[in-house]
Amino acid sequence: MAETLLEVSQLRKSFGALAATDGVDFEVRAGETHAIIGPNGAGKTTLISQLSGMLRPDSGRIRFAGEDVTRLSAPARSKKGLARSFQITSIYRDFSALDNVALAVQAHAGHSFRFWRPAREEAALREPARRILEDVGLGARAEVLAANLAHGEQRQLEIAMVLATRPRLLLLDEPVAGMGIEESSRMVGFLSTLKGRQTIVLVEHDMDAVFSLADRISVLVYGRIIATGAPEEIRANPEVRAAYLGEETA
Amino acid sequence: MGRRALILAIGLLLLAGVPPVAALMNQPFYLDLIRRMMIFAIAALSLNLILGYGGMVSFGHAAYLGVGAYAVGVLAHHGVDSGWLQWALAIAASALVALMIGAISIRTSGIYFIMITLAFTQMLYYLGISIEEYGGDDGMPLATKSQFSGLVDLGNPTAFYYLVLGLLIACLWFSHRLVNSRFGMVIRASKSNDPRTRAIGFSPYLYRLAAFVIAGAMCGLAGALLVNQTAYVTPEFMNWTRSGELMFMVIMGGMATPAGPVLGAFALLLLEDVLSAMTQHWQIILGPILILVVLFARRGLAGLLLGEREGGGGSHG
Amino acid sequence: MNLILVLEQTLNGLQLGVMLFLMAAGLTLVFGIMNLVNLAHGSLYMVGAYLATYFYQATGSYVLGVLLGLSGTLVVGIVVELVALRTLYERDHLDQVLATFGLILFFNELVAILWGRTAIFSSVPEYLQGHVELFAGLRYPFYRLVIIAVGLAVAGLLWFVVARTRLGMLIRAGASNRTMVAALGINIRLLYTLVFGFGAALAGLAGLMAGPIHVVQPGMGELVLIEVFVVIVIGGIGSIRGALAGALIVGMVDTMGRAFLKPMLQTFMSPVAADTTGPALASILIYVLMAVVLALRPEGLFPSRGS
Repeated sequence: MAETLLEVSQLRKSFGALAATDGVDFEVRAGETHAIIGPNGAGKTTLISQLSGMLRPDSGRIRFAGEDVTRLSAPARSKKGLARSFQITSIYRDFSALDNVALAVQAHAGHSFRFWRPAREEAALREPARRILEDVGLGARAEVLAANLAHGEQRQLEIAMVLATRPRLLLLDEPVAGMGIEESSRMVGFLSTLKGRQTIVLVEHDMDAVFSLADRISVLVYGRIIATGAPEEIRANPEVRAAYLGEETA
Repeated sequence: MGRRALILAIGLLLLAGVPPVAALMNQPFYLDLIRRMMIFAIAALSLNLILGYGGMVSFGHAAYLGVGAYAVGVLAHHGVDSGWLQWALAIAASALVALMIGAISIRTSGIYFIMITLAFTQMLYYLGISIEEYGGDDGMPLATKSQFSGLVDLGNPTAFYYLVLGLLIACLWFSHRLVNSRFGMVIRASKSNDPRTRAIGFSPYLYRLAAFVIAGAMCGLAGALLVNQTAYVTPEFMNWTRSGELMFMVIMGGMATPAGPVLGAFALLLLEDVLSAMTQHWQIILGPILILVVLFARRGLAGLLLGEREGGGGSHG
Repeated sequence: MNLILVLEQTLNGLQLGVMLFLMAAGLTLVFGIMNLVNLAHGSLYMVGAYLATYFYQATGSYVLGVLLGLSGTLVVGIVVELVALRTLYERDHLDQVLATFGLILFFNELVAILWGRTAIFSSVPEYLQGHVELFAGLRYPFYRLVIIAVGLAVAGLLWFVVARTRLGMLIRAGASNRTMVAALGINIRLLYTLVFGFGAALAGLAGLMAGPIHVVQPGMGELVLIEVFVVIVIGGIGSIRGALAGALIVGMVDTMGRAFLKPMLQTFMSPVAADTTGPALASILIYVLMAVVLALRPEGLFPSRGS
């Protein structure tokens, strides 16, 4: 039985009168790819933000690898191995792709109170960064300014940065958002190579991506998880169909 | 490196040639003028570290000019004229003040940070005014110039000039190393994209505070130089309009470029000198010029001259 | 330290407080709705003082002076908004700070050209002069009471407008979601100009009321402005409530500090020491207060924006 890597209990977050997260319980097992789907406005990004530490929940608990991380800041969670990619691409636009990944490597390579030696000459930072760029397929674009990369390449860069932080769990917020068919399937192909090696929590709208990657799916509607299970179960679940898939086929 | 470094080197060589040329033309005034510009260039350079590279809009940077200048002035007033001691204290005091102000201010951001840094500088200004012992409102003259046990005589204009030039070069070199180091990368990353920086595992607060302290210390050195240049110190050194001028030097020169602030300092001071020679109401012309610069020339002089991109990236040094 | 003195200083603190509030309200409205940090707000304060003084002297009527001074400041404010500030709404705060800094230089020098660098004399008409006996032993300047009354009336008016009218709703909505308000078909540009004009009028009012009691000279606006920053930082940005709370706190602390710190210090310090530390400490007291508030609550006491 795989251990539970992430355990969320009774998470609540309200913005004024709006309960964006309304008592969420779910758990993620080590090594699984767990997708979170739900209609627009269900509160998916709010949930991810609370998991990654960018947003403080009003109440509830988040346990990561057995440790209570509810009060930990985002940088602290990253240090523990909880990594996050953003729905709206969030990279360093004025740095090169290699610089971007090297920074992520640097964040986990000891402290950065080093004032003299040029960071770009540190092989300990550049080599791992280069390798990760190759892995995601951006090896040839290492020296390109991030702002000049195509949208799909920027999403790949996000993933590369996430991987560079030596994560134990990846929180991916719509990794194929805004990508064309070819780019999407390439990204999905790459993510499937991570399956088993990494634990992934995947928030997605793209149903092809979800059904080909997910081991289990949780459905989030109005801030609550209404169902969790294997993809076929979810596909057949009448409540889910009504709330979400039903909307799509209508 | 390459073209930019070459242009910088030429510029520094030109600066080095000023004393002999001024002597030839029998115009010692130029020596004084350019030395003053270089001192402000150091101050602008220090602000660029946090403003240009770090995106921290500190509207109170003139405070450290004041702290550094007063450290030297106060010691001289009490008979301590050793430059070593004075300048060391100027730097240390500025660093300490920066630490205290920064510790509180850096917990905020955006407009709060701007207002708070401004307010704290004003606080120091009022403090300076109210301490009668050191001249209060009117300030006090510098009892004696800083003495460096015979190594450099600040009373000798040319020697002082080369000392300032040397320090400017040293500060340029130090800035260059700093912004490309691991530390510098974190600061620049934090400006470029703060949420991303936190998401990959950096806690920016301590890094920004350290940058703030370093910038304050460097500006304190500029203050020590300035008081020796002007031979007096007043609370006006810390006037908030001075802070605004420093910010303009950084902007006009081109932020986040190593030599930009130097260009900006020279440009702004030159502009002020030219305008004030034309009319005593020169500020009514300077004001709109500054507005136009902000609206239309944001990339600064470095941008215009060298086709620079603003920002931290690219593969240059 | 007798009761009369304390009461008198309390009223002085209240008077300073309402004037700071008038400035702070305008500044915080403009920032809250247009996301614009306007350093030239102090210049509008100065313009109000100068125009009112000038028109009073020119026409001989105080009322006319006030009206022309207020409307003049309003006009200046709107012109500045149309000509210089429109382009700044989209820019970042640094650009706004620098551009409005340029405006300050311009206005200070303009005023110096028109009226000279030395302070000009600004007076109140006979019917506003004199003292009022509030109760046994306490005689307080009538003019200052008028200022307090006017300030509180404006505070009440502002509360009413923001909390009870459609315009106020737009203002609050605009503060939290600009694009939504624009999408609703409201003329955003007009709204911005109106809000800015209103803020300018508030600043002008504060300036013209302050004229007779403070110094009217170039640069007078900036000294007040920085105190207003302290008010906003303490009170919390974007909220009128915060502006009022912050203004009253700062007004009280500053006034009481200046009046009572030295005597208080003298109880345990030598007169000479108290003589230097007293005024020095009093002049920085509000900044120390700001530092303390920031250390405990970085968002201020009543922040309106959730951030």
